Amino acid sequence: MTDRVAPAADVIAHIPRGPIARFRRALMRSEALSGYTMLSPTLLLLILVMALPIVLLVMFSFWTQNYQDIDKTFTLANHLKFFERSAYPYLLGKSVLISSTVTLLTVLLAYPMAYFIAFRVTKHKLIWLILITVPFWTSYLLRVFAWKIILGYNGVINSGLIELGLIVEPLAFLLYNPFAVVLTLAHAWAAFAILPIYVSLEKIDRSLLEAATDLGDGRIKRFIRITLPLSMPGLIAACMLVFIPTVGDYVTPNLVGGTSGVMIGNVIQSLFGRGSNMPFGAALSIITMITITVMICLFLWGTRSFRRRVA
Amino acid sequence: MSFVSSVKEPRYDALGVYAVLYLAFVYIPVMFLPLFSFNDSIFIAFPLQGFTLEWYKQMANSDGLLDALYNSIKLGCVVAVLATILGTFAAKAVTRYKMPGRGPVITFIMLPLVIPGIIMGIALLVIANMSGVGLSLFTIGLGHLMVSTPFAMLVMVSRLEGFDKNLEEASKDLGDSPWSTFRRVTFPLALPGIIASLLLTFTISFDEFILAFFLAGNEATLPVYIWGQMRFPTKLPTVLALGACILMVSFVVVTFAEWYRRRGVQLKTNSGV
Repeated sequence: MTDRVAPAADVIAHIPRGPIARFRRALMRSEALSGYTMLSPTLLLLILVMALPIVLLVMFSFWTQNYQDIDKTFTLANHLKFFERSAYPYLLGKSVLISSTVTLLTVLLAYPMAYFIAFRVTKHKLIWLILITVPFWTSYLLRVFAWKIILGYNGVINSGLIELGLIVEPLAFLLYNPFAVVLTLAHAWAAFAILPIYVSLEKIDRSLLEAATDLGDGRIKRFIRITLPLSMPGLIAACMLVFIPTVGDYVTPNLVGGTSGVMIGNVIQSLFGRGSNMPFGAALSIITMITITVMICLFLWGTRSFRRRVA
Repeated sequence: MSFVSSVKEPRYDALGVYAVLYLAFVYIPVMFLPLFSFNDSIFIAFPLQGFTLEWYKQMANSDGLLDALYNSIKLGCVVAVLATILGTFAAKAVTRYKMPGRGPVITFIMLPLVIPGIIMGIALLVIANMSGVGLSLFTIGLGHLMVSTPFAMLVMVSRLEGFDKNLEEASKDLGDSPWSTFRRVTFPLALPGIIASLLLTFTISFDEFILAFFLAGNEATLPVYIWGQMRFPTKLPTVLALGACILMVSFVVVTFAEWYRRRGVQLKTNSGV
């Protein structure tokens, strides 16, 4: 910091007084205050459009649907209903299982790709990065729809195989089952897994890898001892980015899941649709959210103890 | 960064083959949409029946579709501008000022990225019904603004972190007011980020389906319109044509945005500004 020249008396005389001027000066002086002033529109938006609706959704789950009206007397009936019929816990369990499979598959498939861009690509890194990022921003609905026309009974694969003379009858098992849901989700969320893993790999100090090599580590040993542990933050982020949104997904099961591929999101969506029981739908979604949070906490706790053991 | 490295990584091997296969896995499924949108058959199946522009003609003559397209473009533009403004200020606050509680605040702003879409959709539906706001493009817009702002902020943070804070300090020390520092120093340097953020948030809103599905009143956006058409097998070729157009626009816009943004970051690391 440079020495500040003492302001001349006539300058001081011209400093505006009054509460507004004083507030403005305080604003310019305090970093925290100016920071929060700039953040305030965003925070206000998120409080009104994110936090408040969720609080209301929680309250809503304790109310009752009375045809068109909502009875606002406090009740736990909606939450208890979830446990009374085994169909609901089963469906939630199935959704978690499908999402976990999708997460595992997506991350396993994405890791080598991210590794390739981070360590092998030297010349056209920008092009590779863009190629991998672009699907991330494009229509989710259309990416799912593509699989519906590919796996359909008279779809791309079946008609293609018939055309090639490999099969006579269309294969009925391609569409409308949990497998189709897993495949479609793994494709639709691929880019979400690659990016965080790539970022954590890119951050790794290359001299650590050299040190390991110089000390006699082979490629595999080096990967297990250096690269994998250091890319854990990216791996964990990727798992969360894929797992959390897919548990509640209803678009994919609706388009490619059929009756055996139904997930909890489909039930929640239908409760807010025509045969509406919105408070019960709210209770289901709150239970789903709590389940997701518990799963994530267990996952973070598990990876932490794993990392500690490795260290 | 050219130093003699003892770490030898082969340039082309199984991993390179895998990378190409992976790209094929990501891109080929989506390519069937444009492919069959030119196919002269109501059925989406091989063998291809010949080239036609019939489905594109039907698409251009559908009033419901054009209304939805207009709604989506209008919404996307408003959301992009507002999200980018909010994101820019938020990014400037978290990168330039020392604030207590900075970590929790950033986590809070990033929450829309991890809350499942269906939860946000029904929560917003409930609050819109109860407050009597009613469902319209406005409610969809609020939802889209909430999910786009964190993305705008992420893009702007990476841009603002990329250039030297001293440039702003210098402007301040030379007597510029905060506004004039912003206009003359911060804004021009942040411009590539701002443009990228505008394009990306536009695409998010343009392609977003789940929130729009719950919050659409009588005015549908393009994805909501497509969802409605998917139930009718005879409409599928037109949906393909529309999907092909949407994918095309998204690809071009996003590729340009990413190229522009990342190129900017690379220039920075080379020239030091």
